[in-house]
Amino acid sequence: MVDKSLELFDCGHRACGGCGPAMLARFILKGTGEDVIVVASTGCMEVFSTPYPETAWKVPWIHSLFENAAAVASGIEASLKHNNRTEKVVCICGDGATFDIGMLCISGAFERGHDITYICYDNEAYMNTGIQRSGATPYDASTTTSPAGRMSMGNSRPKKDLPQILNAHGATYVATASVAYPMDVMKKVEKAVNTPGATYLQVHAPCSTGWGFDGSKTIEIGKQAIECGLWVNYEMENGELTKAKKVRRVPVDGYLKAQKRFRHLFKPQPVTEEIAKIQAIADANAAKYGIDINLNK
Amino acid sequence: MLQIMEGSHAVAEAAKLCRPEVVSAYPITPQTHIVERLAEMVADGELDAEYMCVESELSALSVCLGASATGSRVYSATSSQGLMLMAEVVFNVAGMRQPIVMSIVNRALGAPLSIWNDQQDSISLRDSGWFQLYGEDVQEMTDQHFIAYKAAEQHDVLLPGFVCFDGFILSHTYEPVDIPTQEEIDAFLPPYVPYNKLDAKAPLSMGMYATPDYYMEFRYETDQAMKRAGDAISAAGREFGEMFGRDYSAHTESYRMDDADVAFVALGSICGTVKDAIDEMRADGIKAGLVKIRTFRPFPAEEIAQALAGVPKVAVLEKNISVGSAMKGAVGPEVKDAVTGTGIDVYSYVIGLGGRDIRKKDIRAVAALAEKGVGNMFYGLRTEVL
Amino acid sequence: MALRIGCAAEPGRAQNNKTGSWRVFMPVVDMEKCTLCGTCILICPETSVSEKDGNILFDLDFCKGCGVCARECPGDAITMIQEEK
Repeated sequence: MVDKSLELFDCGHRACGGCGPAMLARFILKGTGEDVIVVASTGCMEVFSTPYPETAWKVPWIHSLFENAAAVASGIEASLKHNNRTEKVVCICGDGATFDIGMLCISGAFERGHDITYICYDNEAYMNTGIQRSGATPYDASTTTSPAGRMSMGNSRPKKDLPQILNAHGATYVATASVAYPMDVMKKVEKAVNTPGATYLQVHAPCSTGWGFDGSKTIEIGKQAIECGLWVNYEMENGELTKAKKVRRVPVDGYLKAQKRFRHLFKPQPVTEEIAKIQAIADANAAKYGIDINLNK
Repeated sequence: MLQIMEGSHAVAEAAKLCRPEVVSAYPITPQTHIVERLAEMVADGELDAEYMCVESELSALSVCLGASATGSRVYSATSSQGLMLMAEVVFNVAGMRQPIVMSIVNRALGAPLSIWNDQQDSISLRDSGWFQLYGEDVQEMTDQHFIAYKAAEQHDVLLPGFVCFDGFILSHTYEPVDIPTQEEIDAFLPPYVPYNKLDAKAPLSMGMYATPDYYMEFRYETDQAMKRAGDAISAAGREFGEMFGRDYSAHTESYRMDDADVAFVALGSICGTVKDAIDEMRADGIKAGLVKIRTFRPFPAEEIAQALAGVPKVAVLEKNISVGSAMKGAVGPEVKDAVTGTGIDVYSYVIGLGGRDIRKKDIRAVAALAEKGVGNMFYGLRTEVL
Repeated sequence: MALRIGCAAEPGRAQNNKTGSWRVFMPVVDMEKCTLCGTCILICPETSVSEKDGNILFDLDFCKGCGVCARECPGDAITMIQEEK
C-alpha cells in the first residue's frame, strides 16, 4: 500500500515555485517506497535536484546522460537480478529524453522486457534548455523553437502517441496520469513497479514557466487538461485498455486561454479554425478512450 | 599450456576468466567473434553472466555503466563506428569513475567506410579518461585484459580501460597462446569491490552535476587518478609476471635499442613487422631499434625519454591521423614532448590506414626518410590515384 | 570537504539551500477553516508543509511562496500575504 507520509524527496531543491515535476518526484517516491533505484536523464528535474553535493534524493539515484536512462536501468536490473537483489528500478525522465533523444534506448529496453518502470514527467517541451519543442509538445503550442508568428501558429505537429508505441513493444503495463491527481499517480506508480516486465507511466506535469501560468495554478491547469479531453488518464494492461478516467467534457478554450503558450490563438482575434482543430484532437481522444460521461443514459 | 587459438577467442576466454557478471555488446566487424564466443559460453553454462543483446553500442556501454554502478564487474567490446556511437558514454563512464574494461578491436573510421585496421578509433578517444593498453600479439592482448581489470578496480584508480588490438591482424589470427586457469586468475584478480554503489540500504546519488565551483576539481581528480593508473598497471603487470612468467611491468618495450641511430615508436601488431625489419637492417649495418608503446594512456613520457636517450632520429609510426595537425599523427607530438630539449628529432609517419599493408621494406624506407630528416607525412600513398 | 569520487553524494545536503529566500508571498492558515485534510501537505512541491498537534506548519526556510497550497485548499483556509522582510 502507498504510504502517503513517506518523504523521500528533500526540500532545498532548486525547482521553480509551483513546479509540477517537483510535486511528481514526491508522489513517485511515495508510490515506489524506499526499496528503489532511480535513474534520471539529463533535464530539469536532474538539474534542480542534484547540484553537487546537494542531492534532494533520499533513495539511490543515478544520472548518466540525456538519452540513455533506459539502457542504464537495463544494466542495473541485470546486476540486481544476478545478485538476487530486490530493489525496483525506476527511470524518471522528461519528455525530451523520452519522446525524442531516448527512443533508441527505450525501444531496446522495452523489447528486451526488463523488469523496470519508466516514468516520463511530461511537461511538453525541453524546459531545462529554455522551452524548445519536443515530440511531446501539443499542436499549436508556441515554444522558443516553434514560436507563433505571422507565418506560424506554433508547433505544427500533434503530440506523439508514445504510450501506444510502448504498448506495441509488449509492455505489460502502460498508463497515463497527471500531477493534478496525486493519489492516482501514487497508485499507478505502485502498480507499475509491482507489475513484472517493462512498464511505462506518462505523467502530465504542468510547467508554469514553460506554459505561461502562475505557479499556484499547476494543479488547476492539470485538471483543466483532463476536463477538456486534451489529456486522458488511462491504463493499458498487456496491450488492452482497461481503464480511462471519464469526464463531463468542457470545450478546450478555457484550458488554452489559461496559458501563454496558446495566447496567439486568441489575440488579437480568436483563430477559430485552429481552435477547432485542437477541439477535434480532444474529441478524437474522447472517442478513442471513451471518456465522455453521457448524461442521456 | 599453449593452445592454438583465434585472437578473438583468446580474448573471450580472458573475459570469461575475469568473471564478469554482466556482458553487453552490439555486433560490429571485427569485434563479433569475441561476443559470439561469450554468448556461446553463457548459453552453454560455462559463464555465469547476464549476457545482454542491445540495440546499439550507445546502449551497450550504458548497460555496462548501470551494472557497474550497481556493483557488478562488467565487460564489453567494440570497434570503430561502434566506439564513436558510444563516445558520449565513454567520457561519462570515466567521469563517473566506473572501472569498466572494454576490448577495442581497432578499425578505421568512416567515411569512407572501411572495415579494415588502423587505430583511429581508440586514439581519437585518448582524452576520454580511459587508460589505453595496446597488444602486439594474441598472448599480450589476452594477458592485458587481466591486468586492465586489476588496475582499473584499485580504489586509488577507479578508471575504465581499453584493451586495444588490431582488427583482423590480431583478432582473426590463430596463434599459440597460454590461457591461465580459472584458479590462477581467481588468485590474481579478486572479486570486484565497488567503491560507490547503488544500494537501497545506503542511498547515494551518483553522476550529479557540478557547478563551476566543483567541475575543475573533478576533472583534476580524474587526471590524478590516471597518473596512479600508470603505477597500478605497472604493479599488476609485475605481479602477473611473477605468477605467469610474462612480465608487463613496463609501459614500453625496447627492442635492439643499444646504440641505435634511428628508433621507431609504434603501437600494436605493427611492432612484429618492425622487429623483423630491424633484424634485417641491423644485419645490413643500419643501427635501428624500436620502442613499443604498450600503455598509451597514461602516456609513459619518462619511460619513453629514457628509452630514446641518445638516439638522434625517431620515427613514430602512426596508424591514425590527427587531421590538420602539424605532425599529422597523434602520437608523434607526445613523443616529441617527452624528449623535448634533448636535441632528438622526432617525425611522424601516417602509415597503414584503413588496412593498407605494411611490409618490412616500408619500415626500412621510413627509417631512411627519418635519417634524411624528412617526416610528418603520409607514407605509402598511391600517387597515381591522387 | 574532499570531493566524493564520481560526483556522488549522500542524501541530506539539499537542505543546505534555504529556498525560503525566494519567497515574495507567504502562506497563512486559518485553523478555524482548516479541516486537516492534508491536501497542502501532499501537494507542496517543496515538502515544506507539515501537521503537528492539529496545526498546519509551513517551513519558511524552504517555502518558495508559490501559493499552490492556498489555491488547492478545499476549505479556502490558506491565504498568501505579502511578506515583510
